[in-house]
Amino acid sequence: MKSTLAGLQIWGAPILLGLITAAGLLAALLSDGIGDMLSWLAIAVPVAVGIWHGGRR
Amino acid sequence: MLIRVSLKSWYLIHKWTSLICTLFMLLLCLTGLPLIFAEEIDQALGRSVELPQLMETGPRADLDAIVADALTRKPGHVAQFLVGDAEEPDLWSVRLGKSVAAPEASAFYSYDARNGEFVLDYPLDEGFMNIILRLHVDLFAGLPGMLFLGAMGVLLILALVSGTVLYGYYMRKLQFGTVRRERSPQMKWLDLHNLLGIVTLVWLFTVGLTGVVNTLAEPIFGRWQATELADMLAPYRKQAPLSGTSSVQNAWAAAQQTAPNMSLSFMAFPGNDFAGPNQFVAFMQGNTPLTSKLLLPIVIDAPSGQVIATRELPVYVSVLLLSKPLHFGNYGGLPLKILWALLDGISIVVLVSGLYLWLKKRKLSFEARLGLLRTQSVNKFPLEQAGSR
Repeated sequence: MKSTLAGLQIWGAPILLGLITAAGLLAALLSDGIGDMLSWLAIAVPVAVGIWHGGRR
Repeated sequence: MLIRVSLKSWYLIHKWTSLICTLFMLLLCLTGLPLIFAEEIDQALGRSVELPQLMETGPRADLDAIVADALTRKPGHVAQFLVGDAEEPDLWSVRLGKSVAAPEASAFYSYDARNGEFVLDYPLDEGFMNIILRLHVDLFAGLPGMLFLGAMGVLLILALVSGTVLYGYYMRKLQFGTVRRERSPQMKWLDLHNLLGIVTLVWLFTVGLTGVVNTLAEPIFGRWQATELADMLAPYRKQAPLSGTSSVQNAWAAAQQTAPNMSLSFMAFPGNDFAGPNQFVAFMQGNTPLTSKLLLPIVIDAPSGQVIATRELPVYVSVLLLSKPLHFGNYGGLPLKILWALLDGISIVVLVSGLYLWLKKRKLSFEARLGLLRTQSVNKFPLEQAGSR
């Protein structure tokens, strides 16, 4: 039987993705130009992670 | 034991909140997809204005003349709002209605602010996009429909919270991103549901919560009108009804003078719920990315054109105003809209896979569904197992 993972092993990636998403949502709200670009980069991260893990065979 | 009881409660919360809201959430995700690109679709359909390059010659067009022109285009109807355009400062629009306080608009005419030329009659309440919008906003049922969808949004938020707790349980032996494709379709879709659910969590939580706030727009503005606006207007309540002609141009100029670093988002005409009986209210927006989403109301006495009151909006109205961009995804250019659409698409996969998992597993017991059976038997008789080896 596989051993149970520790809290950070389970929640590390979700917390990181959540923080990146939240930063992206706020960046475009607080600043135009550079803020917009940061928001694109940040919000692309959860999309890419989902497509990468979900789409590979 | 305690863990199992609380796990079962979370499971039941997730199951029932999801089951009730899933079909409506599917409708909202599907109708929301084209709405993300409403501006682009309007442009493609020729429902937006491309103003020509003009040499600026002297003063700008008189707002009273623009409103007068709008009124001649729709006899018997009256002006409700003068509307500015944050993206296009050379554009004014006049919203007409059957009466000044009528909740529905009857026409929306746009004008070139430089020469006063009529440029667009925006088609209201017609076409494919209008059907999509109504399905998304209120299911064609007005305020009750809106509040109903708000309640579904609250269920979505509960489903997201309980789903996150269950994610921690399901993933206790799996590396992040694991999708077990070989064993069975159920297991594959369970893993995909967990993975895609957790990567879209913060986005869907934000869009869901701001969607709920948006469904409360009417009660929120209603409260502001009944308290703050009524307060600002109280000293003028006993004034005689408006006589003579009041000037929109003067009211706008007064508002501009009071808030020189802001621009007009919209101005409500006397008699409207957003104005006083004899007063215009100009709602000014700031010129930074954040303050352009917020509004400052300026009350202007219509006959004299004098500013009589201005007061920052209370926090609950500002929360509503900030909820709009965060729900629509229209505040960071086309790339942000495309990401919004992708996240919307992934959310549809989460909804459909959740429904699939329920259909496949609904005959099984709670323990079997969570895969607790085998773990339990192993833990219950550790001595016997050890002995049999």
